[in-house]
Amino acid sequence: MVQKSKSNVIWKRLKKNKMAMVGLTITIGLLLIAIFAPAIVPYDPYTVDLSQSMRAPGQEGHLLGTDQLGRDQFSRLLYGARISLQVGIITQSISMVIGIFMGALAGYYGGKVDEFISYLINVFFAFPSLLFAIAIMATLGPGLNNIFIALGAVSWPGLARIVRGQVLQLKEQEYIEAIRALGGNDFKIIVKHILPNCMAPIIVTATLGVAGAILSEAGLSFLGLGAQPPMPSWGLMLSMGRTYVTTKTWLTIYPGLAIMITILGLNLLGDGLRDALDPRMKQ
Amino acid sequence: MKRPVIEIKDLKTYFFVEEGVVKAVDGVSFEIAEGETLGIVGESGCGKSVTSISIMRLVPNPPGKIVGGQILFKGEDLLMKSEADMRKIRGNEISMIFQEPMTSLNPVYTIGDQIAESVMLHQNLTKREAFSRAVEMLDKVGIPASEKRVHEYPHQLSGGMRQRVMIAMALSCNPKMLVADEPTTALDVTIQAQILELMKQLRDEFNTAIMLITHDLGVIAEVADRVAVMYAGKIVEYTDVMTLFQKPGHPYTIGLLKSIPKLTGNHKRLEPIQGVVPSPLNLPQGCKFNNRCPYAREKCFEKEPELVEVEKGHSVRCWFHDQLQ
Repeated sequence: MVQKSKSNVIWKRLKKNKMAMVGLTITIGLLLIAIFAPAIVPYDPYTVDLSQSMRAPGQEGHLLGTDQLGRDQFSRLLYGARISLQVGIITQSISMVIGIFMGALAGYYGGKVDEFISYLINVFFAFPSLLFAIAIMATLGPGLNNIFIALGAVSWPGLARIVRGQVLQLKEQEYIEAIRALGGNDFKIIVKHILPNCMAPIIVTATLGVAGAILSEAGLSFLGLGAQPPMPSWGLMLSMGRTYVTTKTWLTIYPGLAIMITILGLNLLGDGLRDALDPRMKQ
Repeated sequence: MKRPVIEIKDLKTYFFVEEGVVKAVDGVSFEIAEGETLGIVGESGCGKSVTSISIMRLVPNPPGKIVGGQILFKGEDLLMKSEADMRKIRGNEISMIFQEPMTSLNPVYTIGDQIAESVMLHQNLTKREAFSRAVEMLDKVGIPASEKRVHEYPHQLSGGMRQRVMIAMALSCNPKMLVADEPTTALDVTIQAQILELMKQLRDEFNTAIMLITHDLGVIAEVADRVAVMYAGKIVEYTDVMTLFQKPGHPYTIGLLKSIPKLTGNHKRLEPIQGVVPSPLNLPQGCKFNNRCPYAREKCFEKEPELVEVEKGHSVRCWFHDQLQ
């Protein structure tokens, strides 16, 4: 066994965890749906056909029924996966860039820099994050692009705090001192030697963060602050179906299920990754 | 005598902490020539390691600061250099190996990557060239099947192997000077002997000046040419290795030698040095060793002695060195 790379070991551990594999399957399925949505939808999700309004699931070839404007709900849900994943991935990317940058800076340099960034993190933590996002959305106006900004801006402090803690611990390691003694500069030390060693918690936080962002988007869209009609956002669909929640139940059940399954899948995957990446789990 | 590679003159490194000023290194002077090994001995907290990180200019600041003295490396004062210049010197001209080989390598990279990186930091080589240099270095430090081993991760190697890798990394740019901070302390005895033998061999091959920090007089006897004994931030005795073991001049050195078990002769009880190291924040007046010294007299409590040359190449910091032998 000369080359037993670390990712191989992690993959083996992840494979043993059944729930994580369920999560991974859901996540990959969702990705495929999002990518190939235009090719697999039976109807155009935007086409209004009032003659087909409020069909129950299964009626006239509409697998999950239609909404009040006669749009095919199944097609809209598949397109909704695109919006959800877009929101999840883009907001998490924004949050990761800010979070890792801030956390690494605070942890590595300490002193005044750390004090300032930690203070900022605490200020962010003092607000309920959804409320904060709502405030930002209210200022910027509704729309999907502003959702990226608002959710990105409120979700970085958690990651920053985790990265800061990791960096604080890692920078005292002897191999960091050794690199310094070999003539490495701060940038190289942080990017090449410290950050790769705290990848595990970053990956876990980001996976769980994607789920959180999707949920927040649904929430904001439900409140009318996020995606705007006619976008097939799951939160927006829930909101539209709310009026008929007692009579046309499929209008709320299926978008709700879509959200639930997505979040469940991502959370299972995140938890599984956390276990698999934990060095104490060495067998 | 050969030209000195490094000359330390009156080096002072203090730590400014809440409770006061810790004079971790307080006026230390020595020099090391090409191909020579200077051993620095002393117990924990006497300033050995701080001396070494001062030379590398890696004293954590705050709270530490080099407040005085000169570190002349090839005639230039390192304390005057910019941080960017220091980075060019570290690893390239002065290298360091550490005490703990188990944690001195980055767990996420192969050892080949790490040696190659230290080469590429200082030499304009492609990744491929740096890698073949890594293999070459692994051969030099006696790691078998270097072609295969170069792709292994640190956790796949034993402690002794990792220390060899550390030495390979430190020597990959042919430094003029190597600072070894207790390189064998964490290794078991047979491996210690191998590593010391390797260091001697490489010193002779590359003509490197070595500063070897240890608290093990056995290691000193094995590899050092000259020895500086440190106590409470100061050198108390500075001489060649033969003189140190045959005619120690300072009560502290005498005490250290008496506390080593001997294989031959009559088996008396060991004579430890009484007492403990004084707190660096609260050092005694006069000679810093007076509270533990069996020979201490009134004068020792009044004034601190200077480091004086008692014979050629043998300096002692004691008022009564001439009466001790």
